[in-house]
Amino acid sequence: MSMPSLSVERPLVDADVAAPRVMVVWCPDWPVVAVRRQEALPPHLPIAVVAHNAVLACSGPARAEGVRRGMRRRDAAAHCPEVLLVEASEERDVRGYAAVLTAIEATASAVTPIRPGLCALPVPSRFYGGEPEAAAVLAEQLVTADVWDCRIGVADGIFAAEQAARRALEQDCVVVPPGRSPEFLAPLPISVLEDLELVSLLRRLGLRSLGDFAALPRRDVLTRFGRNGAWWHRLAAGQDERVAAARPQPREVDATVAFEPPLDTIEPVVFSSRRAADHLVTQLGEHGLVCTAVRVEVSGDRGWLGTRTWAHARWFGASDLLDRLYWQLQADPAPEPVCRVRFLPDRVESVGDHGEGLWGSAPDERVERGVARLQGMLGPDGVLLGSVQGGRSPRDRQLLTPWGERVSSTRPAALPWPGSLPPPAPVRVFPSPLPAAVTGPDGRAVTVTDRGLVTAPPVCFVPEPGGEPMSVDAWAGPWPIDELWWDPQVSRRVARFQLVGADGSAWLLVVEDGQWWTEARYD
Amino acid sequence: MSHATIPSIQDLQSRVHRMEGAATSRALPLLPALSGLLELRTGSACSVEGAAVALALLAGPSRAGEWSAVVGVPELGLEAATGFGIDLSRTIVVPDPGEHWLSVTAGLVDVASVVLVRPPTAVSEQQASRIGARLRVKDAALIAWGRWPRAAVRLSAHESTWLGLGRGHGCLRGRRVRVTVTTNSAPPREATLLLTGPQQEVVRLGAEEAAVASPVVRAG
Repeated sequence: MSMPSLSVERPLVDADVAAPRVMVVWCPDWPVVAVRRQEALPPHLPIAVVAHNAVLACSGPARAEGVRRGMRRRDAAAHCPEVLLVEASEERDVRGYAAVLTAIEATASAVTPIRPGLCALPVPSRFYGGEPEAAAVLAEQLVTADVWDCRIGVADGIFAAEQAARRALEQDCVVVPPGRSPEFLAPLPISVLEDLELVSLLRRLGLRSLGDFAALPRRDVLTRFGRNGAWWHRLAAGQDERVAAARPQPREVDATVAFEPPLDTIEPVVFSSRRAADHLVTQLGEHGLVCTAVRVEVSGDRGWLGTRTWAHARWFGASDLLDRLYWQLQADPAPEPVCRVRFLPDRVESVGDHGEGLWGSAPDERVERGVARLQGMLGPDGVLLGSVQGGRSPRDRQLLTPWGERVSSTRPAALPWPGSLPPPAPVRVFPSPLPAAVTGPDGRAVTVTDRGLVTAPPVCFVPEPGGEPMSVDAWAGPWPIDELWWDPQVSRRVARFQLVGADGSAWLLVVEDGQWWTEARYD
Repeated sequence: MSHATIPSIQDLQSRVHRMEGAATSRALPLLPALSGLLELRTGSACSVEGAAVALALLAGPSRAGEWSAVVGVPELGLEAATGFGIDLSRTIVVPDPGEHWLSVTAGLVDVASVVLVRPPTAVSEQQASRIGARLRVKDAALIAWGRWPRAAVRLSAHESTWLGLGRGHGCLRGRRVRVTVTTNSAPPREATLLLTGPQQEVVRLGAEEAAVASPVVRAG
């Protein structure tokens, strides 16, 4: 199994304080179980989950046919022709595991997911009357949640508990007594350390078990293997100081308002939703959270459902929520009377991340309010915020996003964009290029040949439709660009020119298939 | 807290005056090349010709951390704006206010310290005085791209010379421009600016520099 980073805190614990006991719950072959749960497949079917053409996990029946981890896809199919090969999907694993975590949380309070299929929790032994008893309750809970193969280990540290869980039988539990982790770990093979490079090196040094490795002096291990080696050495010696830290429980917060009788017009719907919006904001506030994206669902009384997700540059207040509801109903009017409105927080962040400073937050609030008023007048897309992104033409290099939505540019501006123009950038960039005309000395239109040469020097040009022809004082070009040539749908072959007219204005023109366009003006 | 952020007694006094509703005016910071040439005071309007001059004027306050707004300029070159020093994250852009342009400008005067507006139609005296009253109360300045009745400062650019471009070779590296500042009280002032330089910088040129730099194109 590949080594995931353990997302577990490592607080320092005094030696004389009794370390808290850790329980690790392991669901073997989780990727396979996740596939089976998602597709509702029968357990006797041979399944193998493959990633990068190699088997990542396989079900029991497949293993019985000779399929092994790390085997190539083709070899797996050769060993077991009826095997169902499924591409690995981390998202599926995580999603499926969330149900397991919820089932465990019904019994225990603080669960730390380590990776899909593996989680740690402090042992709730006192309540259930002992560690094996607590494990039995947990196993029963998991079986109720339709997870049949779960194994539980209890030890002083997460590492020892995980090894114990791997040695447990199905739905059973292995308990390592307090303080006995080193003895439990000593006979285990060195390969249980999940650092393949280190394991291979230790093997070649003749260290076959964790006990051999743990017997080395710590100082020597640190100097020879570095911090990483020393960390694994501590684990092998049973000095695992990581304790299970709690996962914050997801809170289900939403606000719904039902209308009886259903309402036809927008204003009463928005007005009556005020309490629900207030309630949502207060509820989140009580948990120290703010909502930065919200999904607004509007249901009609004959089954119509309109949903839209709104983002906010800071976070949603109650009046912001109502504004979004109003805009949504205006943009996407309900074809039938509205019987229900629901606000669902889509992205929730801690208020600490957004907290206002003690001073200096007032002007921004003033701006927010002022802009909200303007958006009420012009609509949400009327008030914008600009940003610069990567691209070749001046128009591609800038982005205007509606105020309040997050700037989502996929093109970083810092990268070099071959074919983009050297600075200074044009001051006026037309949102859509204006048709233009450029003529040569003989009065005929100038074009660019396939070899990227001009047919005649430009002498006269009309940069704006309806404008007077202007003589060319200076010009440069053509700068041909073959953009996205690999995609025939969007590929463009253009050539750019800079022209200065007799009146002292400078323009950026582009010629594509013989047609001239004005892209920008240097003012 | 750095020394610059400690408000002086004068600042505090004018803030108190504003809170009391009395009209006060302060000079907004300008780009180094423009300071000394003109003053952009809150409570007043400034009329400019040309987008580059307008953006260079807007850049000073924006660079100093003031909120700014641009109304009625759909073809605003954002990269050039950033190059001048305008902070886009504190610049509200309303490209197409349409018939509401006056109310939008008034609304933005409430929140931003400096508003750049290009009126789509001729501005009447009455409209200008309405906005002017708002500017004084809300402590903001207006930069009008185009004619604006009773503007305190008028800035016009002429004799622009483009640098770096030849007949079929080179590429634009900047522009030298002569600007004239007209105010109601003082005689007109002139200066030669590099607006802009090859790195989008604005530089004020001395008399000899203005003469020496080899013009490639003379126009205007």
